[in-house]
Amino acid sequence: MNVLVILIPVSLILGGAGLAAFIWGLSHNQYEDPEGNAARILLDDEDAG
Amino acid sequence: MTAACPACAGLPADDVAADVARPSVALSVPDVHCAACIGKIERALNALPQVAHARVNLTLRRVTAQTDLPAEALVDELKRTGYEAFPFDASRLAHDTDATGSDLLLRLGVAGFAMMNVMLLSVAVWSGAADATRDLFHLISASIALPAVLYSAQPFFQSAAQSLKGFRLNMDVPISLAILLAAMMSLYEALHGGHHAYFDAALSLTFFLLIGRYLEHRTRASARSAAGELAALEVHTAERKSGTRVETVPIADLVVGDVLLVPTGARVPADGRLVSAEAVTDRSFLTGESEPVTHGKDADLRAGEVNLGAPFTLTATAVGDDTSLRQMAAMVETAENARNSYTSLADKAAQVYAPAVHILSALAFLGWYIGTGDLRLSLNIAIAVLIITCPCALGLAVPAVATAAIGKLYQLGFLVKSGTALERLAEVDTVFFDKTGTLTQPGFDFDLDTLSDDERAIALGLAQASKHPVARALAARLGQTTPALIEDISERAGRGVSGQVAGEEVRLGQAAWVGLDGGGLALKTGARAIALRQNETLRSGAAEAIAGVRASGLDVAMMTGDSATRAKRLAQDLGLSAFTPEMAPEDKHTMVEASEAEGHHVLMVGDGLNDTVALAAAHASVAPATALEAARSASDVVLVRDSLEDLPALIATSRAAVRLSRQNFTIATLYNAVAIPIALAGFATPMLAALAMSASSLTVLINALRVRRAS
Repeated sequence: MNVLVILIPVSLILGGAGLAAFIWGLSHNQYEDPEGNAARILLDDEDAG
Repeated sequence: MTAACPACAGLPADDVAADVARPSVALSVPDVHCAACIGKIERALNALPQVAHARVNLTLRRVTAQTDLPAEALVDELKRTGYEAFPFDASRLAHDTDATGSDLLLRLGVAGFAMMNVMLLSVAVWSGAADATRDLFHLISASIALPAVLYSAQPFFQSAAQSLKGFRLNMDVPISLAILLAAMMSLYEALHGGHHAYFDAALSLTFFLLIGRYLEHRTRASARSAAGELAALEVHTAERKSGTRVETVPIADLVVGDVLLVPTGARVPADGRLVSAEAVTDRSFLTGESEPVTHGKDADLRAGEVNLGAPFTLTATAVGDDTSLRQMAAMVETAENARNSYTSLADKAAQVYAPAVHILSALAFLGWYIGTGDLRLSLNIAIAVLIITCPCALGLAVPAVATAAIGKLYQLGFLVKSGTALERLAEVDTVFFDKTGTLTQPGFDFDLDTLSDDERAIALGLAQASKHPVARALAARLGQTTPALIEDISERAGRGVSGQVAGEEVRLGQAAWVGLDGGGLALKTGARAIALRQNETLRSGAAEAIAGVRASGLDVAMMTGDSATRAKRLAQDLGLSAFTPEMAPEDKHTMVEASEAEGHHVLMVGDGLNDTVALAAAHASVAPATALEAARSASDVVLVRDSLEDLPALIATSRAAVRLSRQNFTIATLYNAVAIPIALAGFATPMLAALAMSASSLTVLINALRVRRAS
């Protein structure tokens, strides 16, 4: 059971990293246009702004 | 919007600096739907030299651009590209950064993170972790769950506290109680080496309910900002004359006695008395009459009329809140109060549910305490009952259906502005249509069948020379014709345009000036003078809308301020038998109220100032995007597209939404009917609570998505 001493912190840190990434995305307006971002990958962007 | 665009990097620094200085223009483009559209629109706009950076937001169907051009120029450009666009005030947009929305999303993220971790630990306990391991897992769960619950569930605590202050019960009271009690009791159990801890239940309750809360917020916020977008370009300034100087001032600064200049094509900014000898105005927004009205000196003009003739001056007699326009707004407020007291489906359910939940868990506690005398066990069971009856599914049921339905309606071009609009629309049994501007196309159209080809060419040649709104409409109508070559063109303000063709005089303008009796527009070529009768074109889809609405079992009638002959002709075109002509604005309101008093639920579809009070008084209301701001803000739904043909789909979707909400309530109740006896009997475990909660929430969510398929 000693392995829990490592595994529990690891799972918490990984989860926390996910949460931190979510908070970062939220504060940088990454969720403003999800449909547009999905579609933009199809554009030839010679002149896209 | 991204802070840096790839293209900006290539631009010289001074160009970038110039971009920053350019004002931002925002347009609503309801038809954007794919990557190709994004490419087409951005290429078209960025190709214009005056546009610095145009970007499409596909989710909001919006284009923003940094440009010196007026919004109308971009609208024209987009029309050439094949997209309908509507300008809105970008400065309002800058303010609506959605603080509440991201706050809820953040709480949702924290609750989700905590729920996942605690759930991992709980699964270990459920699958047999015992003794010291179980106690350790419970304690770790507690250290994650307690701060997470205290932070994430605050919206519920606040709402519950507010409701309790007013001595009322809303759904958030049992929710808060369940979350708090579950957390507290679990902490006690964890500290005393108990078997059952409900940390995961407290967290998943918070998580699922926050999803519902966020969806609810998002539909409301997006509808509100979308409606704000349409607060387009209306007069907020007036031209005031002081001596010989003319200055532009905000309407709010006007005082009684100011002499105001109204340019051709502009709206009259305040009620006033005409100083100039004559004025021709379009009063259709006020009265519904489509014929232009000629006023003599000293005539009373009302704010909102559009100047169709030469520029004129007037002395303001009423400004600001005293104008007839504002007085109408006061009437609208009174009429709206009735609608605001409408009880939504979710509220009705909560009124039954909230007391029931409390009574049930209190009874469970009392029953077990009397039966066993074990305080800890009775409390455990009471809390299990509270958690299981807690309306996860109920909190999700209505918002999830509303989100799906409003999203679907948005694609059809309807902006739903009010939360309860769908439920009210579903109850509608009578539809009243306004005629001018709603069933007919706003603007001018002319009966040109009486003209020969030569005369059409001359009419176009003359019309092109003028910037007058009527002339421009005529020129647009004659788009296919090749204009005649006309010499010596001159325009007489407020009268018309004249010129020479092959030595003969030609004139296009007011009938009296051209040499005909009566009003309206006329054309003269040589000795022949022809009156150009003004026609009304049906709005596209008007006939289909009426047929479709009638097919769904609703009564349809048309009301108009226009003359009986015109109304009859249009009614025949539409296959309508019920219509009431020559109505004053008050009559429309009275008619709606009378119908409501008879027990009907009226849907009012209208666009003018004369419809505003009726729009607010009706059970539900729809206004086209071309309507005046007052009319749009009085209605529940704004139709962004030009065509009316999807109106039956609006009613069908609303009905489907209400049906699915009811179904969701039934599903949630069924789950409770199974789970409550188990909890009361004391067999509920944290695992069972978690299973019941997730299963019922998912069922309700999936059921809600079916509204997209309903037609």
